[in-house]
Amino acid sequence: MNQTYAVAAVTAVVLATVLIGALGLRISRTTSDFYVASRTVRPGLNAAAISGEYLSAASFLGIAGLVLVQGPAMLWYPVGYTAGYLVLLVLVAAPLRRSGAYTLSDFAEARLESPQVRRLASLFVVGIGWLYLLPQLQGAGLTLEILTGAPDWVGGLLVALVVTGTVAAGGMRSITFVQAFQYWLKLTALLVPVLFLLAAWYGDGAPRARFDAPAVLRGHTVVKVADTVRIGLDAPLTLTVTGSVDSVPYEKRTVTLAPGTHHVLGGTTLAFAPGAALPERVASGTDPLGWSQPLAGGRDGHQLYATYGLILATFLGTMGLPHVAVRFYTSPNGRAARRTTLVVLGLVGAFYLLPPLYGALGRIYAPELALTGSADAAVLVLPDRILGGLLGDLLGALLAGGAFAAFLSTASGLTMSVAGVLTQDVLPSRGVRHFRLATLLATAVPLAVGVFASKVPVADAVGLAFAVSASSFCPLLVLGIWWRRLTPPGATAGLLLGGGSALAAVMATRAGLAPEGWPHTLMAWPAVWSVPLGFLTMVLVSLATPRRVPSGTPALLARLHLPEEIIGTVPGPAHEVRR
Amino acid sequence: MSEQHPPPAPGRGDPQRRPRRETVTYASAHGARTTVPGPARRHAVHPPARSEIDEQTTLGHTYVRSLMRSQLRAALTALGALALLVGSLPLLLALPAPEAFVWLALGVGVYPVVWGTAHWYVRRAERNERDFTGLVER
Repeated sequence: MNQTYAVAAVTAVVLATVLIGALGLRISRTTSDFYVASRTVRPGLNAAAISGEYLSAASFLGIAGLVLVQGPAMLWYPVGYTAGYLVLLVLVAAPLRRSGAYTLSDFAEARLESPQVRRLASLFVVGIGWLYLLPQLQGAGLTLEILTGAPDWVGGLLVALVVTGTVAAGGMRSITFVQAFQYWLKLTALLVPVLFLLAAWYGDGAPRARFDAPAVLRGHTVVKVADTVRIGLDAPLTLTVTGSVDSVPYEKRTVTLAPGTHHVLGGTTLAFAPGAALPERVASGTDPLGWSQPLAGGRDGHQLYATYGLILATFLGTMGLPHVAVRFYTSPNGRAARRTTLVVLGLVGAFYLLPPLYGALGRIYAPELALTGSADAAVLVLPDRILGGLLGDLLGALLAGGAFAAFLSTASGLTMSVAGVLTQDVLPSRGVRHFRLATLLATAVPLAVGVFASKVPVADAVGLAFAVSASSFCPLLVLGIWWRRLTPPGATAGLLLGGGSALAAVMATRAGLAPEGWPHTLMAWPAVWSVPLGFLTMVLVSLATPRRVPSGTPALLARLHLPEEIIGTVPGPAHEVRR
Repeated sequence: MSEQHPPPAPGRGDPQRRPRRETVTYASAHGARTTVPGPARRHAVHPPARSEIDEQTTLGHTYVRSLMRSQLRAALTALGALALLVGSLPLLLALPAPEAFVWLALGVGVYPVVWGTAHWYVRRAERNERDFTGLVER
């Protein structure tokens, strides 16, 4: 792949982000401007900004990568990411806007009149934000590594620097412009290349992508295995090996492997003849690829359980993502918040028609990516693989630019909300200068962790953040908005038990502590049990502490649900005075 | 109750175009068809129903609860549609289905269903609010 074009495209996206951010800086004057764009953002612009922010590396690269490796069952990811907005719309959107809360912590404090619940909510906001930022930075590293051969921390550092700069300088107003621009950039970057790719595929005789059998390599293929993997063979396979297979070192030797499982050491190069069946990667507890495996099939009960785990996590988790919640505050009123969400559903749904096409094309033309552990790169390498030449280079550059737009936009939104919470609840005094310091902190921690943490497919890693959010903030928001008897002890217990257990399960899975079989499946997909646990704990503990129902509950619920023209005479939220 | 009122004028948020306020009795606000037309019998800064809400009386809470109930009903209907149409797909796809069906259902078909449900909900929720505003602002 020609590096020059790709580097130029990435540079252009980064420069455009900084420039549009600077444009916002000139308008950003008051503190209110800085945080929430003075709440004057129109639904169209706001919806594009929300979509731009939401479509992360997991959407741009991750879905295609998972589909390539595991097949169409992975389409539940984009379906879940979209349907999450529907659940958010019907249960939360307008009341959340009317609550006047800027962050989820603000909502918790306003609803429950309790600084303790606020602090706990802040911890979850920061935790979920960092869980979500980590794969964005790792995805950026992977992209830059594929494009230029740079070490994998360079891309993450680049994204962290640009995001910290634009967020610290311009705040939300500039972010709104940047995000809206990046939605359209991402859509174009996926749409234009796929038209060329589909034309080429059609000209090639429209071969079918097969997911029920090992992929067949179309040409002579050389694969360099990055991390140590186990591969499974159904039939004997002859290939040329440089490196180590089953602890036997080879140097450009032609080897015939017997059917069964083989151990390929990281760094080994495998050369396949045309027409060879690609060996399947075999999952193990410590192999992160194994997480999505239950989704794709195999043992029946596992698959159904994992699918519903994913559905619950994404459907219910979207509303609790810190960068999503913040966006509702920028709508002028509750009705606009609903209409904005409707436009978002259209924009996001349109976008998600595209990544599965890359996944299917990748299965046909670049199936060996499944072995190397960098299937997330499928979107980036396809133009070069299918079209080649100048056209392939140019389209590859467009995709690289789009991928960087994805990292930058989601990372900005997350940084913005994590930094907002850090400023208010963690750092000692308030003000814009401290916000800038908090921005630095918000990106530095996941960047540092990303250097040490093991690589996980980005869509999987993002799924973990969804599971924690669904088990903590979903019960808090839904019960807070619709149930009068919620009490601070109930909310605290529910957040700790629901969110805490999901977080613990997810962390244990990431650390490779989960035992094989059902325990692993249960812990890798905690939402099925942790969401009901969170709801049940909140309800039961609230019912047991009826005297702790906050005195202002009826007035607050009235404000959440009444249209603005009726509530207009009631003074605005108290915390705005505080700023 | 909305059938008692003319449809709201376009551009509702605009104060100049808001329908003229009329005083209503408790009975009429609760659906009895014996609205007393003609000159207002007592003068209030806000229509009574709205004052009840502002002053947080028991009656005011009843108004808010009625709006919450209708909004929750709309939300649960939308969620029910989502559960029925999308949430049942894993069970359906667990049956031996041709791969093309999986691709079409999950790759394309789900999105119009989700958007259509959302569209229905937004219209319904706005109508609930319009009816409610009409009720308390007469």
